[in-house]
Amino acid sequence: MKPPVFEYVSPATLDDAIAALSAPDAGDVKVLAGGQSFVPLLSLRLAQPSLVVDINRIDELASITEEAGVLTIGSLVRQRQAEHSDVVKKACPLMAEALPFIGHTAIRNRGTIGGSIAHADPAAELPTVAACLDAELVARGPGGERTIPAAEFFTGFFTTALAEDEILTAVRVRSAGPGTGAAYEEVARRHGDFAMVGVGAQVRLDGDVVAEARIALSGVDIAPVRASRAEAALAGRTVDDSILEEAAQAAVADLSPSSDLHGSAAYRKHVAGVLIRKTVATAAARARENR
Amino acid sequence: MSTREITVTVNGRKRTVHVEVRRTLADFLREDLGLTATHLGCEHGVCGACTVVVDGQTERSCTQLAVQADGREITTVEGLAAADGTLHPVQQALRDNHSFQCGFCTPGFVMSIYGMCEEKKAGRPVPCSREEIREELSGNICRCTGYQSIVDGAEAALAGADGGDS
Ligand SMILES: Cc1cc2nc3c(=O)[nH]c(=O)nc-3n(C[C@H](O)[C@H](O)[C@H](O)COP(=O)(O)OP(=O)(O)OC[C@H]3O[C@@H](n4cnc5c(N)ncnc54)[C@H](O)[C@@H]3O)c2cc1C
Ligand code: FES
Ligand code: FES
Repeated sequence: MKPPVFEYVSPATLDDAIAALSAPDAGDVKVLAGGQSFVPLLSLRLAQPSLVVDINRIDELASITEEAGVLTIGSLVRQRQAEHSDVVKKACPLMAEALPFIGHTAIRNRGTIGGSIAHADPAAELPTVAACLDAELVARGPGGERTIPAAEFFTGFFTTALAEDEILTAVRVRSAGPGTGAAYEEVARRHGDFAMVGVGAQVRLDGDVVAEARIALSGVDIAPVRASRAEAALAGRTVDDSILEEAAQAAVADLSPSSDLHGSAAYRKHVAGVLIRKTVATAAARARENR
Repeated sequence: MSTREITVTVNGRKRTVHVEVRRTLADFLREDLGLTATHLGCEHGVCGACTVVVDGQTERSCTQLAVQADGREITTVEGLAAADGTLHPVQQALRDNHSFQCGFCTPGFVMSIYGMCEEKKAGRPVPCSREEIREELSGNICRCTGYQSIVDGAEAALAGADGGDS
């Protein structure tokens, strides 16, 4: 349980970090952010990099800004910092709802927003939030900056569209306007454990009618899943028990989770349906209050 | 073997030391500084035994590297009691409530509860009900007590942490 030998750099700028990542003789290089997933991987020797590029001193990655209806969260913003940010609570209530489910205070004090998204655990909260909101993931590499839509970012089990020499620099989402409400719920063995199934929902109402519903699930596939058929079933309708049931059934029909020692596939599907009804109902009620 | 010189303040004392870059903060505290009260249970972030306070907030010392602590201020459980041995109010509250048996988990619980008390004093929202305290402490594992007495101790410590002296 001790990390293997590696070389280490802690550049102060993004350009220097990218130069270190893309150096021709770099070998197996890894980015170190909050370290809450990566240092355990080192200690377990599941990761044995030749060079670790610590991005914790790059201040330009650590800010939260809202401009022209777009919220930009730097990848190095700590999970706990975002959780307590008034800007995040207002512009991205779904993320604010989801953050307390991540691990424990001591984990979130150090774990970063970008680290969780780059790690892409299919049970994790932040990738689910990114998928739900069609977030844009901003990446920088030796060739410059590019923006990757969430739908193309999470490509599988712990894998993303990021290249080896790219750094995730920020997450961008459209700010939630008036008439919008959000809710996040999950079932885990214990608070702070990875979710068996998690659901994030955001609803925008026009009068009493759903103008837009967004639903995403964690823990049911190799990457976060959007419940597109449930979203379509809700659009243009008034939220009541029968439409909630219809939406939950539509979503569950599309799921094929695997069974493992934490829960069977049938149980996961059942939980997914229950959580969809619950989160959509809560999100709609909050949207009504927020008119 | 790659090493770095770092300067850290541990329990109020500033030190400049050479560390191997792969050294975790936990091993640095225990092996290099001899501060063995910070315990190591799982060494991958799960059990909470290695919790310390870094720049005013609780963090795991097993999931960060010692080099990353360069320039930062660390408090371990050795840094809480007064110089004459008088226990810190959090330690006293846990002692009064028999919050430990074998004591392996205790340093981690003390630091987590100390962190909650400091946040309360700083006016941030902290868990107050027993249920909330349980949730908040779910990141610390105890194999002995069954947690009842630890929740009792945390409740007493939090009740005493109202911006007074600590
Ligand atoms: C006890 C415990 C419980 C936890 N429970 C949960 C939970 O319930 N839900 C949850 O979602 N997470 C949980 N986590 C994980 C936690 O959220 C991590 O913080 C997160 O997964 C990784 O973020 P990090 O900043 O710590 O990244 P690191 O651990 O530093 O990095 C993780 C991976 O992402 C890469 N990476 C990081 N940042 C970037 C970047 N900017 N650009 C490119 N690549 C990058 C790294 O190279 C590495 O491969 C838990 C962790 C622990 C120890
Ligand atoms: S030893 Fe650090 S959390 Fe278990
Ligand atoms: S008192 Fe023995 S592990 Fe907690």
